[in-house]
Amino acid sequence: MLNPKEINKINEEVSHLPRPSAACIEALKVVQEERGWVSDQNIKDIAKHLGMSAEEVDSVATFYNLIFRQPVGRNVILVCDSISCWVLGYEKIVEHLKEKLDLDWGGTTSDERFTLLPIPCLGTCDHAPALMINHDLHRDLKAEDLDDILAQYE
Amino acid sequence: MIRSDGQPVSLFEYQQQGGYSALEKALQSSPSDITELVKDAQLQGRGGAGFLTGVKWGFVPMGEQAPTTKYLIVNADEMEPGTFKDRLLLEGNPHQMLEGIIISAYAIQAPKSYIFLRWAYKSSANRLLTAIQEATDAGYIGKDILNSGFDLEIALHTSVGRYMCGEETGLLSALEGGRAIPRAKPPFPQISGLFGKPSIVNNVETLCCVPHIVEKGAEWFKGLSIGDGGGTKLYGASGKVNTPGIYELPLGTPLREILEEHAGGMKNGYRFRAALPGGASTDFLTEEHMDVKMDFKSVSACGSRLGTGTIIVMDNHTCPVGFVHNLEHFFAQESCGWCTPCREGLPWVERILKSIELGEGQDGDLDVLREHTSGLGPGMTFCALAPGAMAPLKSALNYFEDDFQSHIREKKCPFREN
Ligand SMILES: Cc1cc2nc3c(=O)[nH]c(=O)nc-3n(C[C@H](O)[C@H](O)[C@H](O)COP(=O)(O)O)c2cc1C
Ligand code: SF4
Ligand code: FES
Repeated sequence: MLNPKEINKINEEVSHLPRPSAACIEALKVVQEERGWVSDQNIKDIAKHLGMSAEEVDSVATFYNLIFRQPVGRNVILVCDSISCWVLGYEKIVEHLKEKLDLDWGGTTSDERFTLLPIPCLGTCDHAPALMINHDLHRDLKAEDLDDILAQYE
Repeated sequence: MIRSDGQPVSLFEYQQQGGYSALEKALQSSPSDITELVKDAQLQGRGGAGFLTGVKWGFVPMGEQAPTTKYLIVNADEMEPGTFKDRLLLEGNPHQMLEGIIISAYAIQAPKSYIFLRWAYKSSANRLLTAIQEATDAGYIGKDILNSGFDLEIALHTSVGRYMCGEETGLLSALEGGRAIPRAKPPFPQISGLFGKPSIVNNVETLCCVPHIVEKGAEWFKGLSIGDGGGTKLYGASGKVNTPGIYELPLGTPLREILEEHAGGMKNGYRFRAALPGGASTDFLTEEHMDVKMDFKSVSACGSRLGTGTIIVMDNHTCPVGFVHNLEHFFAQESCGWCTPCREGLPWVERILKSIELGEGQDGDLDVLREHTSGLGPGMTFCALAPGAMAPLKSALNYFEDDFQSHIREKKCPFREN
């Protein structure tokens, strides 16, 4: 079931659009913001609310990199894996993170504190290598600074 | 105008510097005059393709018979690897772009504008929302703007991440709530775009040029350039240069001047080997092209594209095979899957490059790669992603064939220690 807060936000979006299905991506974002990820049941609920089929909604959900169809940790680490960061030492950063968190791409730590994911160019290539944790950008990274950065996140 | 402390230019500061006076001036002219002015200024789209902005606007149906619903859409998706210029404009001076949006929407008589912003640009989103509110309170956005009778609503849409959202028609599909799949042209978006209505999609930097053209005139704008086309350009440099960053310079500034003077030359211990002049989907330029004027026409004459004008430098300690492998991994991942050559071809290319990089390359691999550069080249696929992906590969096979060969021969990457 979508909660009243979610329904309000989704309806608000729908009111600006020529047809309800156009709010599909917004609806997925609303639900993910509330729950951290989007479950099969959420997909069905969104579909019903917007007058779409669940398959249609899922085809949209799975197309986009940043809609999570599986549970993620409390903090999501998105490491830029594009070219300028690669040239400036991305591999060392990733090695350190994987070792420290004992994770591979897409994995979540057993205490559900961190999920590790790659992301294309973060648009801050003059400060490469870079990563984002939740909404925060961290730039000019060095492997030895990573532990302090991670410590900022509960 | 960008502040050096990283804070956004406030509405007050912007007005002090003459901000929004171009809007007042524009609203006193006819919409078609604005389009003509932008044509005369030879403003070329800054999103990568360099199409003349005024000409594009000229295709939008105007007058009594035209649909009343039209859209001006800002492409702020900026996901091209190595590109970071729009972020500077969005974070540094959101009002400049808003003024550009309002004037441009007026020129095509669009009552609604969407800013399509990529998810990762969090501070751009916050600053834009603040600026939209300030401009609305000041009467620059909303009903009957500055008593002109022109109405405009501006809404911010934040994307959930896919390179294809930046492709003009993929963006429209995403704004309609679907997968970012491109559409067949014709009909062109100018005639039938978002929700089937006439729509213009313009890049952030393109729109930021518009107030200055209106304020100071077409001749002045053309005069800023020292190459083909009008205006200044935001150039960028990343890689192992001393002062990576974004620099506003006359359009047509030579590559050498950008890299040696503005980017401060190569870091100690590194030599320049090659560069992608404008993002991941452009062909390599090498030492012999250092004096090329960085405008759309001149860079094309060297067999590459100006693209976004943000230069990615490859130094002499960086492996060209690894470099291209990184790029093709991106393109393979971001293919929308709509057409077979791109969906199947790019992962194949990626796998071959990976095996060469790991020292597992075989004779014949380079032939397979070369076949792809023509099979996925211009005209073979539905949109420009696949040909864009082939640009760095094709030019790398041309300029760095020896490096590919030595990986295969020595069964290892000569750039790695062990
Ligand atoms: C795969 C792909 C991705 C693109 N991404 C962007 C982008 O992020 N931003 C952008 O302005 N243009 C992007 N473009 C170019 C747009 O299709 C379009 O040409 C541009 O937004 C038009 O604006 P302009 O005329 O002001 O340059 C992309 C093109 C392709 C093929
Ligand atoms: S070329 Fe690639 S990205 Fe473009 S439509 Fe075809 S499959 Fe999609
Ligand atoms: S390549 Fe990492 S921020 Fe651009």
